[in-house]
Amino acid sequence: MLQIIARRVLVAIPTLFLVSLIVFGLQKLLPGDPLLTMAGEERDPAVIEFLREKYRLNDPFYMQYLYWVRDVLTGDFGNSLRTGVPVSTLIAQKLPVTIQLAVMAMIFALLIGIPTGIMSAVKKGKAPDYAANAIALSGVSIPNFWLGIILIMVVSVQWRLLPASGYVPLTEDPIQSLRTMLMPSFVLATALGAYLMRHTRSAMLGVLSSDYIRTAKAKGLMPRVVVLKHALRNALMPIVTLTTLLFGELLAGAVLTEQVFTIPGFGKLIVDAVFTRDYAVVQGVVLCTAVGFIFMNLLADILYILINPRLRHPQ
Amino acid sequence: MKKLIISLLAGVAFSSAASATDFRIGLQEDPDVLDPHKARTFVGRIVFTSLCDKLVDVNSKLEFVPQLATEWSWSNENKTLTFKLRDDALFHDGTPFNAEAAKANLDRARTEPDSLRKSELASVDSVEVVDEYTVALNLKQADATLLAQLSDRAGMMLSPATFSGEVATNPVCSGPYKFASRVQNDRITLEKFAEYRDADDYHFDRLVFRPIPDSTVRLANLRSGDIDMLERLNPSDAESVRGDTSLQFMPVAGLGYQGLTINVGDNPRASGPLNKDKRVRQALQLAIGRDIINEVVGHGLFEPAQQPFPPASPFNSEKFPLVERDVEKAKALLKEAGHESVAFELTFGNNTTSSATNELIQAMAKEAGFEISLKPMEFAAMQQEMQAANHEATQIGWSGRVDPDGNIHQFVTCKGALNDSKYCNEEVDKLLNAARATPDVEERKQLYDQAQAILMDELPIIYIYHQPWPFVASNKVSGFEPSPDGMVRLKGVKLEN
Repeated sequence: MLQIIARRVLVAIPTLFLVSLIVFGLQKLLPGDPLLTMAGEERDPAVIEFLREKYRLNDPFYMQYLYWVRDVLTGDFGNSLRTGVPVSTLIAQKLPVTIQLAVMAMIFALLIGIPTGIMSAVKKGKAPDYAANAIALSGVSIPNFWLGIILIMVVSVQWRLLPASGYVPLTEDPIQSLRTMLMPSFVLATALGAYLMRHTRSAMLGVLSSDYIRTAKAKGLMPRVVVLKHALRNALMPIVTLTTLLFGELLAGAVLTEQVFTIPGFGKLIVDAVFTRDYAVVQGVVLCTAVGFIFMNLLADILYILINPRLRHPQ
Repeated sequence: MKKLIISLLAGVAFSSAASATDFRIGLQEDPDVLDPHKARTFVGRIVFTSLCDKLVDVNSKLEFVPQLATEWSWSNENKTLTFKLRDDALFHDGTPFNAEAAKANLDRARTEPDSLRKSELASVDSVEVVDEYTVALNLKQADATLLAQLSDRAGMMLSPATFSGEVATNPVCSGPYKFASRVQNDRITLEKFAEYRDADDYHFDRLVFRPIPDSTVRLANLRSGDIDMLERLNPSDAESVRGDTSLQFMPVAGLGYQGLTINVGDNPRASGPLNKDKRVRQALQLAIGRDIINEVVGHGLFEPAQQPFPPASPFNSEKFPLVERDVEKAKALLKEAGHESVAFELTFGNNTTSSATNELIQAMAKEAGFEISLKPMEFAAMQQEMQAANHEATQIGWSGRVDPDGNIHQFVTCKGALNDSKYCNEEVDKLLNAARATPDVEERKQLYDQAQAILMDELPIIYIYHQPWPFVASNKVSGFEPSPDGMVRLKGVKLEN
C-alpha cells in the first residue's frame, strides 16, 4: 500500500509541473494587460512602468515562470495583484469554504443518487425506473444558476427560511454555517446526484444479471439482502471512481453556484482573478486544485483496495 | 422520521439572525487594495467613505464642506492653498491628527512610486507645516482642480505610524469606522470607532460591505433581509423595485457619463469615414436617440447626455442643448460627405446593459445608413485594445469626478492618459490647460464653453447618457441621502428593528 502511495506521489510531481506551466502559458496568451487593470481609471503611465518592473512583467516569459517556480519552492506564492493579500492567505481562507461545500454537496448527491439508482435498477422498466430517469435527466439539464436563483426567490425571499447568500465559517457558528450552505450544496448535488444515479443503475443492472446473484436468489435469500449485500458491493467499484473524481472537480470550485450564492470559494476567486489578470492568484489556486485532484485519484485507488479484496495482493 | 427532519429543518431555518446594529451594504464588485493612495476602483471609494476622513468633503450639491480641515484659503496668486485643521481628530491607532500627519500623507501620496494619486497632486510643489494645525500647499502653478482632488482619495489621511506596515490589507485612518477584517470576494467588515468626534451620529456598531456582483441576486438578498442597502441596481429591475413597498428606491444622477469614443487619431484603425470625417460622426450623433435609450434600456434612469459634465454641475453649459434624433438630417449629412452607407466596428465591454444599449444604437443608426458590427469584449482585453489604438469606436463610460477637469482634460488633450480617441487639437489643449488654472467659476466656464464648441463640432466622443447611482434600501433604513458622487455617507442614518 505504501509503495502504491509513494509511486503515485512521485508521478504527481511532473503532472503538477506541467499543469502550472500550461496555466502560466495560457494566462500569457490572454489578451489584456494586468497593469491597465491595476492602474485603475487614471492609468498613470509612470505607475504602470514602475509596477511592470516590480512584478517582473518586462522579463521574458520563461524567466517569469522560473521566478514563480523558485518562489513557490521556497513557500512563497506571491501576493494578489488586485488586493495585495498574500496568495497563501487567500487559499487558506477559501479552501475550508470549498471543502465544506464539496462535502455537503457530495453527501446530498450520494443520498439522492445511490438509493434512486438501486431502485431504478431493481424496478427496471417499471414506473419507479422511469420516474427516477426523468428526475435524473432534469437534474443534469437544469442549469445550476437558474435553480439557484429560483431557490433564493422562493426559499429566501418568499418564505424567509434560509439566508440568500453569504458564508459563515463552521467554527464560528455551526448552525448558521449549515444554513448558508444548504441551498448551494443542494443545487450542486442535483447534477452530481443524477450522474451517480445513472452510474449506480447501470452498474447494478450488470451485477444483478450475473450468475452468483441468480444463485443467491435460488438459495432463497430475501431480495433485500441479495440487492444490498451481494449486488451493491460489487457494483460500488465504478461508483467509487466517479464519486472521487466528481469530488475532485468540486474542489476546483463551483463557479456559477458560488457566484449566485456569493460563497467565497475557489470558483469565485479564480474567475475574479482571471478577469483582473491576477496571475499570482490564478497560478496558486490552480496548483492547489491540481494537488487536490491528484489526491482524490490516489484516494480512489486506496478505496478500491479496501472494497475489493482481490486487489490487495498484486503480484 | 419525517417529523424529525421537518423540525430539524425548521430549527435550522429560524435560529440566529444578524445582530441589530450591523449595517450591511451590497456592492457590485469587490474593492481592490484598501490603501487610499494606491486604490483604483470606484467601489473601493464607497468603503473609504466610512473608513478614511479627508481634508474636505463634498455635499449633495457638490459644494466643498469641512471634514479634517475646518477652513481653507487661497493666496499668493492662487499658488498657495492653506488649510486650518481640526484639533480633535484621532487616527484609529490613537495617534492624533495634525499638520505633520497631513504633510506626511500628502508627501506619501505624491512620492510613492506606485501611488495612483501622483497625477492628481502633480501641481503640488511642496507641503509646508505652518503650525501644529495649519498646513500649506505650495503649487507649481495655479490648480483649480486641487480642492476636488483633496475631497477624494488624495485627501485621505492614514496614520503615519502605520506607513511601514501593511496599509493595503490593514488601513489605519481617522474615519467614523475602523477596519476590522476582510475576506476577499466575500466581505469587508468595519467597526465603529468609539473615539470619533461625531460618534453619536453614527448608529451602527459594525458595517459589512458584501460584494454581490449579480444584480438580480443582490436585489434578492435585499428582499430577503440579508443586506440592508445596495448600490447600482440594474435599470431593468427599476420597475419591480418602484412597486415594492418594503423597499425605498433612491436613484441620483451621477457625475459620470457613458458615450462613444471614436478613434480619430493618426493610426491604421482610424482610416474609415467615421474616423476621418467629422460630418460622418455628426450624422451618427443625429441617428442616435438618447431619449429612446433612456426609455428602453434605462427605464427612465439614463438621463440623456450631450456634455461630459453632469447636469447639476455649474459647468454644464446651456449653449449645447441636447441634439435630438433626426434621421433625415443624418442621411443628408452622410450624402454631403459622399456616402450612402458607412460601416464600422463598435467595441464594448460585455454585460447585459451595454449589450442592450449598443444593439439599440446599431438599430437606430442603421436607419440613417450606418452598418455597425458589434464587438463585445471582456473588459481588460478591451482596455488594452483601446490603449493600443486598436479600435474604430468603443462604447465606454467614466465614473466622473467632482471637478469638471476630471471629466474632460485627460480624454481629449493630446497627451491625456485616457485619450483613447487619440484626438489632438492644440487649441483644445490650450483652453483646457487654462481652465485648469482658473479658479473663478464664471471665467473657467467660458474656457470650457470654448473648448466644448470645438469638441461638439469634431466629436471625438459622443456622450450618450449620464449614468445614475440607483441606490435601493430596505424601508427600515432612514436618514440616508444619496449623493451624486455615488458614495454612502452614514452620518445620521438609522436602521429600525
